[in-house]
Amino acid sequence: MKGLFVSPSPHRATNMSTAKIMLMVIIALLPSAAAGCIFFGPRAAAVLAVCVISCVVFEALSRIVMKREQTVSDLSAIVTGLLLGMNLPATIPFYIAVIGSFIAIVIVKQLFGGIGQNFANPAIAARIVLMLSFTPQMSNWVKPYWYSNAVDAETSATPLAAQWLNYTENGSSFKMAPFTLSEMFWGETGGCIGETCAAMLILGGLFLIITKVISAATPVAFIGSFALLTFIYTGSLTETAYDVLAGGLLIGAFFMATDYATTPITTKGKIIFGIGCGLITFIIRTFGSFPEGVSFSILLMNLLTPYIDRLTKTSPFGAKKPVKAEKN
Amino acid sequence: MNKLNGIHLNHNKGTKKCETTDFPLPKTLVIPMSQHMGAPCDCLVKKGDEVTVGQKIGDTGAFMSAPIHSPASGTVADVIDYLLPNGAVCKAAVIETDGNQTVCPDINPPEITDRQSFIAAVRESGLTGLGGAGFPTHIKLNYDAVKTPIDTLIINAAECEPYITSDYRELMERTTDVIEGILLVQKYLGIPLCKVCIENNKPDAIELMKSKTADIKSIEILTLPSAYPQGAEKVIVYSATGRIVAEGELPSNQGVMVMNVSTVAEIYRYTQTGMPLITRRITVDGDAVTKNAGNYFVPIGTKVSEILEYCGAEEAKKVLYGGPMMGLCLYDTDQPVLKNNNAILAFKEGSLPKTTACIRCGRCVRTCPFELMPVMIEKAYNAKDVEELKRLKVTLCMNCGCCSYACPAHRPLAEINQLAKALIPRK
Repeated sequence: MKGLFVSPSPHRATNMSTAKIMLMVIIALLPSAAAGCIFFGPRAAAVLAVCVISCVVFEALSRIVMKREQTVSDLSAIVTGLLLGMNLPATIPFYIAVIGSFIAIVIVKQLFGGIGQNFANPAIAARIVLMLSFTPQMSNWVKPYWYSNAVDAETSATPLAAQWLNYTENGSSFKMAPFTLSEMFWGETGGCIGETCAAMLILGGLFLIITKVISAATPVAFIGSFALLTFIYTGSLTETAYDVLAGGLLIGAFFMATDYATTPITTKGKIIFGIGCGLITFIIRTFGSFPEGVSFSILLMNLLTPYIDRLTKTSPFGAKKPVKAEKN
Repeated sequence: MNKLNGIHLNHNKGTKKCETTDFPLPKTLVIPMSQHMGAPCDCLVKKGDEVTVGQKIGDTGAFMSAPIHSPASGTVADVIDYLLPNGAVCKAAVIETDGNQTVCPDINPPEITDRQSFIAAVRESGLTGLGGAGFPTHIKLNYDAVKTPIDTLIINAAECEPYITSDYRELMERTTDVIEGILLVQKYLGIPLCKVCIENNKPDAIELMKSKTADIKSIEILTLPSAYPQGAEKVIVYSATGRIVAEGELPSNQGVMVMNVSTVAEIYRYTQTGMPLITRRITVDGDAVTKNAGNYFVPIGTKVSEILEYCGAEEAKKVLYGGPMMGLCLYDTDQPVLKNNNAILAFKEGSLPKTTACIRCGRCVRTCPFELMPVMIEKAYNAKDVEELKRLKVTLCMNCGCCSYACPAHRPLAEINQLAKALIPRK
């Protein structure tokens, strides 16, 4: 009999695929995205839509221009779009969102070779570029939509910005910003679309950990080290909880610091990465001139990832250490 | 003791309950003179010769070898050049069977008095490891008892590959042969302890072995978790004893010897009858098999096409020697059953999912039983960086296939590991 299919072993493959992993991440992001849309209204949904659509379009266009195989179907552009949108305030002008998508997909991701090849998390890099280039628009926060009961949303500070102002104006010590911990947990605060609702972010993060899409090592190390440092510095559990729930820490720890391409491979590496993120976030938030440091911390650790990978190689089962040649 | 990594597979052991029956003797047998690791045999017969059952038709003076015997009586129709599944070419005897199955007059139970005569008898039986690798058994038994004394004999009955149930059937149908075989090896080689390792998906085999060995102090039955690749040599040594067979070492360096359960039973049968290894128990299964899936005693040299026809699997797109994880693809169904085969699997679907870009998810690293880093090996291989490949210890890879299996981008990582190994010059 001829026409047999011949291939090297194994002849079985997991039914997991890149697209399925991305789909799981999208599912995990949806509760917090939905919470953002409820709190910040249809404008937030529109921002998310603009980001997702422009990311997908940029991905498709860059592949066409570069004459590479089309990769839109792996859904990674949707994840990037969603993450970027969730990291923007609901008031952001649409053209800025489109610029952000261009930076994320074209410059950070595709110019470096597409999925798996980028050195930095596209959504984080784009957010940082936007934050530095369009500072006023990027920090135009509104109070949650239904909360203010007004059609024109009232401006509000984010928990961290409020705290930071408090700190810089009073100069001496932390003072609680005008949000309760319960408001912070459920997300009834000012902030980026997808970062405020801690409950839904934790839910999504747990979903990814349970389905083994991400390892718990990074978020635990990130949040843990940040919380520990904050507690040592402030000596107050309430303030520590406030700081953990505030800003982009949870979305960063669960969804951005766990990006495969830009974070270390081994568990040891992930722990180092997480601790590094926690440390840098703490330093920027406490001593820096920005109220928020999560994005910077992840970007900086992204840059260190190749080195962490080199230093945290596994030691294979039964491998013998190379005998060092004697010096002459 | 840490658990080694691995993967969980669907067992697909649908032929578990199928008692082994004799496969009808085919009209033609093709018997390659190289059926295992080591030197090929010289063909001792020529065109036109009459042969009988059990007659030696291939042998060589080389150290790493085992003789080959005729499974049937009949006439040598031809001696041909044969392309082996591994790409090498060797001689093969084509035997037209006469159906009489006249037994060779030389077949007598061997006289065994000591270690040397025992090992010599095992060599004459033509026995090679029946688990798949096909290492000549007499060489394994002939270890240096002074330099590397062995205290534990490990009987590998893990059968961690999906579909295959031939070792399980050996345990169920020929329990006494297995136990007697173990006792023989222990007696002549002076190995005080034997651990029979069975995966926990075969509870009835574990029960049976436990009850039959209840009075034998030197034999212990171990239940291992069902996890692929539990039956790999280094993995089973670690699971059974906690000892690590390090880079460049053989199990004997750690005082253990691993034997497949069917091999050890075959030793006993040979000592009783003097009939060498001429048939194999084969599991025939797979989704292309439409009838008669089960276990068969198949004469070595039977063309796989005969088995496929018997089992209604002519439409198969992919046919394997062995299991779906480490099995070898047939390029032509006229290829024969060899000594180290334990299964013929036929599948309707040949191709695997399309390969996409690596996303660095690390699943290959997390599933590798030896904690290698296929993701980095692939990069180093593409860069032809031999030093880096050495640092990554690619030579430890046993090609179990966990990395390729687990890769969501469906990259052929196990294959790349083998190609990478070939780049490293042998000392």
